Amino acid sequence: MQIAVASGKGGTGKTIISTSLALCAPGPVQYLDCDVEEPNGHIFLKPELTSRERCTVIVPRILEDKCTYCGKCRDICRFNAITLFAKTIMTFPEMCHFCLGCFQVCTDSAIVRSEREIGVLESGMAGDINFVHGRMRVGEAMAVPLLKAVKKMADREALVIIDAPPGTSCPFVEAISDADYVILVTEPTPFGLHDLKLAAEVLVNFSKPCGVIINRADLGDARVEQWCRQEKIPVLLKVPFDRKVAEGYARGQTLVESRPDLRPALQALIQEVCA
Amino acid sequence: MKEIVILSGKGGTGKTSLVGSLACLADNKILVDCDVDAADLHLLLDPKARSQHEFRSGVKAKVVSDRCSGCGVCVELCQFEAITMVQRARINSVRCEGCGVCAHFCPEQAIVLEENYCGNWFISDTGYGPLVHAQLFAGEENSGKLVSFIKRQARELAEETGADLILIDGAPGIGCPVIASLASVDMVLAVTEPTQSGWHDLERVLDLADHFRLQSFVCINKWDLYPEMAETIETACAQRGVAVLGRIPFDPLVVACQVQGIPVVGNEQSPAAAAIRQIWQDLQTR
Repeated sequence: MQIAVASGKGGTGKTIISTSLALCAPGPVQYLDCDVEEPNGHIFLKPELTSRERCTVIVPRILEDKCTYCGKCRDICRFNAITLFAKTIMTFPEMCHFCLGCFQVCTDSAIVRSEREIGVLESGMAGDINFVHGRMRVGEAMAVPLLKAVKKMADREALVIIDAPPGTSCPFVEAISDADYVILVTEPTPFGLHDLKLAAEVLVNFSKPCGVIINRADLGDARVEQWCRQEKIPVLLKVPFDRKVAEGYARGQTLVESRPDLRPALQALIQEVCA
Repeated sequence: MKEIVILSGKGGTGKTSLVGSLACLADNKILVDCDVDAADLHLLLDPKARSQHEFRSGVKAKVVSDRCSGCGVCVELCQFEAITMVQRARINSVRCEGCGVCAHFCPEQAIVLEENYCGNWFISDTGYGPLVHAQLFAGEENSGKLVSFIKRQARELAEETGADLILIDGAPGIGCPVIASLASVDMVLAVTEPTQSGWHDLERVLDLADHFRLQSFVCINKWDLYPEMAETIETACAQRGVAVLGRIPFDPLVVACQVQGIPVVGNEQSPAAAAIRQIWQDLQTR
């Protein structure tokens, strides 16, 4: 079972909710931080990271002594990662989407595999929680390949909690694509509602069951709740603004640590979602 | 002409609220919302669209099923696990990267590449000046290309109108839309919050700005929610040689103004607004 915690808008509380769910889950549980651009789960779960692996993608390197400058590799590349002027050929590894098309078209065996580092994959235990995150290399533009590497670590025997990246574009879609249920964390503001609608639209397209948690539920207005009612999306939990939670969050405390009284509600929520 | 981009790394630290307020304070500027997959700036600025355009970028593969023999060559070649074979090839368009390798090698020429319509972009008028913004369709890629595109439009507009400033609301994170928003900017203003996550993510944004040799400044939003952390961030910024331009207090009026759809700086009573005015004054001297 995989539960993804997503939001559309950033900063609504995905990470304190997802880490709290991991802490409240019964039985074997795994937490996958799929926000590889800005992973924060480790700040809250404080895992002991015991494994570290460089993640790379395959990009072309051209052997000039074998290259006949025919231009086939440049022509197949739709990402402008290869240019050719007369007898000079250049590759731009940062532009490469590693489709391997250039390797396939080269008839002179002039292209060999090179690597581009996209980040690191780290894992370890945080108490009973099996923790995995990816940290994208600063300067790398593509988040999806590392995100896929994090998702590949998913344990089929465990309850998997996925902490998704903000937004509604490809990294978000990749993060939720294998989830059995998606929890959307929002705040009751116009920004929260606007981005919630966009995220929910993606989930409808994928026929993903979803529910909403409204964080800082008393700062804003009632439009998020009205919209959920109208769209028949269940509101799973409302968490009021609480300075204690905000201060705890600042120090790296999860919701359930600042508000232990919420544990039964979170446990019930997991049960409801898993049913 | 100057270009300033507002970033944060972590989402929800107050980028858009700040840009909305700076939009009120700055003269003769063009506004750009580069958070193209969850654009919110228009919710504060009440834009009236002057023009709307389609954004087409890249291609998606499509199977012409009566030509497909089911040989499976495309499935083997696709690096993105976008093609499955159920008698005929089926392409998952969300996974399709648009590389065209399948179409190139299909022995039956059964795969065609179709131009991808991935969003809309707009030039709008607001009470605070022109706004260039976009909406990438949900689940689409190419956010970086759309960001580069609307920034180019904004620059052209700025040159036409003789604007002095391009003020850019950036996306969260440090990936492709953020990198695209950094092209040709003069400075980065990073908004953070006094939390461990805020600082962790801010550091990565500052590293990114350094990577592209850009000058950055920082302001700390909701600083009084955890003053010790605000202090820690200021000290760490000083060590990196990054100036902290100001601290914005936690102020429920920010949300109240957002609910009304107006920038907070218009509110004379708001302590956050006073801090933002100060930050803007300082930023102008940089």
